[in-house]
Amino acid sequence: MIRWLQDNMPKIVLAPSFIAVMVFVYGFIAWTAWVSLTRSRLMPRYEFDSLIQYERLADSPRFETAMVNLAIFGTLFIVIAMALGLLLAILLDQKIRTEGAIRTIYLYPMALSMIVTGTAWKWILNPELGIEATVKGWGFANFEFNWLVDPDMAIYTVVLAAVWQSSGFVMALFLAGLRSVDEEIIKAAQVDGIPTWRVYSAIIIPSMAPIFLSAFIVLAHLAIKAFDLVIALTGGGPGYATDLPATYMYAMAFSRGDIGQAASSAMVMMLVVFTIVVPYLYSELRTKND
Amino acid sequence: MKSYVLSTASAIAVCAAGAVSADGHAEAEVLHYWTSGGEAKSVAVLQEEFAANGGTWTDMPVAGGGGDAAGTALRARVLSGNAPTAAQIKGPAIQEWFAEGVLADISSVAEANDWANLLPASIAAHMQCDGTWCAAPVNVHRVDWIWANTEILAANGIEMPTTWDEFNAAAETLQASGIIPLAHGGQAWQDATVFETVVLGLGGAEFYQAALVDLDPEALTSDTMIAAFDQMRTMRGYVDPNFSGRDWNLATAMVMNGEAAFQIMGDWAKGEFLAAGKVPGVDFTCASTPGDGYLYNVDSFAMFSVEGDGKAAGQELLAELIMGPTFQEVFNMNKGSIPARTDVDLSGFDECAQISAADMASTNEGGTLMPSYAHGMALFGAQSGAITDVVTAHFNSDMSSEEAVQMLSQAVANSQ
Repeated sequence: MIRWLQDNMPKIVLAPSFIAVMVFVYGFIAWTAWVSLTRSRLMPRYEFDSLIQYERLADSPRFETAMVNLAIFGTLFIVIAMALGLLLAILLDQKIRTEGAIRTIYLYPMALSMIVTGTAWKWILNPELGIEATVKGWGFANFEFNWLVDPDMAIYTVVLAAVWQSSGFVMALFLAGLRSVDEEIIKAAQVDGIPTWRVYSAIIIPSMAPIFLSAFIVLAHLAIKAFDLVIALTGGGPGYATDLPATYMYAMAFSRGDIGQAASSAMVMMLVVFTIVVPYLYSELRTKND
Repeated sequence: MKSYVLSTASAIAVCAAGAVSADGHAEAEVLHYWTSGGEAKSVAVLQEEFAANGGTWTDMPVAGGGGDAAGTALRARVLSGNAPTAAQIKGPAIQEWFAEGVLADISSVAEANDWANLLPASIAAHMQCDGTWCAAPVNVHRVDWIWANTEILAANGIEMPTTWDEFNAAAETLQASGIIPLAHGGQAWQDATVFETVVLGLGGAEFYQAALVDLDPEALTSDTMIAAFDQMRTMRGYVDPNFSGRDWNLATAMVMNGEAAFQIMGDWAKGEFLAAGKVPGVDFTCASTPGDGYLYNVDSFAMFSVEGDGKAAGQELLAELIMGPTFQEVFNMNKGSIPARTDVDLSGFDECAQISAADMASTNEGGTLMPSYAHGMALFGAQSGAITDVVTAHFNSDMSSEEAVQMLSQAVANSQ
């Protein structure tokens, strides 16, 4: 008996969380997939009704805006946050004296919730309160910076706030990566008289490939599930110009009593996540098996 | 007055005594989203009256999202088979819940108290499901109000506009003298609120019914609808550049402190004026938006099928109290709306409420008393949401009116 317990203890300990994950994650994904194939409105109904919800989704200009916004926001957010994070990390890596203090300052926005970030930037970008009003107050009467209230530009304010929030965190990731590169190689390169920028571009950065992948995965999932930032910053507006799939899903499920639409948009979001995560898992599993 | 209240209260007590069943105790768990200051005070009136009649009230307020959070809580409760005794639901959502087979029948109370003759016909229809009574109305908010700063109007020699052309002319005058003509908050529901008053004003009640209630495709793509979108485009020029995302009460404040001249908003805006110590007719003027008709937004409580005599007794008592003249008077005086029943003495109400009540009576007779689409009284959530999406997309971009009506008819077809 004791022997059996010893052998099976790990399984017994893991069983509750395994069951919970099976039910609450995969079970509910299956439930959502099923509901997305029905004509559910206010309450879930379970009679199968073809792909009607996905057809409605395809015909919805609002969902199209949401997907385009996700593409713009996701691309710019990931690229800018990674570039800025890398630049900050390299600058901090120059063995400067106050590194600890500066690192903390750049990392600090990460400690704020997206709601706080969104609200603060809403005030900063508000033409009557923030930057535009301040610069006008200095005497530049023609200065304009009204992205927040311009339907064509509003999505970029979301990028701005998200980059501000996350680039410090990316910096910390890259800094750890830079520190893990073997000092000896760098010294050898310096002895050979190779300029610093070449050391970075040809030796250090290529050896940090796994860090890039981690940073990408973290930022990509932040982008896809972005919800609170948009709600606090623009409320999805002007109009629905800054809607993202997550805010669309919320509006359908909780404001409009259209559970079928909400479920189908949630499934589309999950597919987007899968297209990013599956190659990552594949590459991870393959290296382990080698 | 006092004796009137007392006699009503005792009359209710007598009725209630009849309603309380064998186990002798009326109980009700009430899910609502009246959580802000004035609203909470109003619902406390009902709570006290319920307790005074020997009932036990379990309060279940759910704040947030203009009722969205309460709707989510309600769905969770009903799905788990533990529905509250009564919940604040309004408009076609009542019939939607009825179709799920979870609402209780309160016809006995309604018929005993002659609700059919006390309520305007179209409002009574909202409270009925398949011929039975399933909900009790609390108040009537009028949506098609235009609020104005009296001083600004006088200084610029402007009368309250009675047609949209007059409104546009007034707005041009105001703009020329450096005043923002229209205080507006760029949130989808506020865009929709202005839009429905324009549709009613330009097209009349019959067109409004065809387009925004019956969703007739011909009406949706008609020239009148194009004209309505044109008017929205014109009005886009009358709001300040910073209107995006502004809350409605901040827009009301702009009218109050003289930054802007007009606001188009339901009569909850009156609460803001009154709370700031402004006097109707002196500091601010209220009038119906240009054109004929009346757009109502009626809050109501629906009763859910629940087990137990105590709860059934609680539902009957609650329904009776909600429609009782005392509650209708006190509650609506607090909330800024008017009583749903037409026989309440309005002498204690302010000028705007009296206009509202008089107009409700006359439009009821003239058949121009219409449900507000923007506030969920006319359509199911998915349909009204689809229309609002188009309205707000048009208002916040340079889309042409012809494109807008095409999008509108597609969106409506797609939402069904």
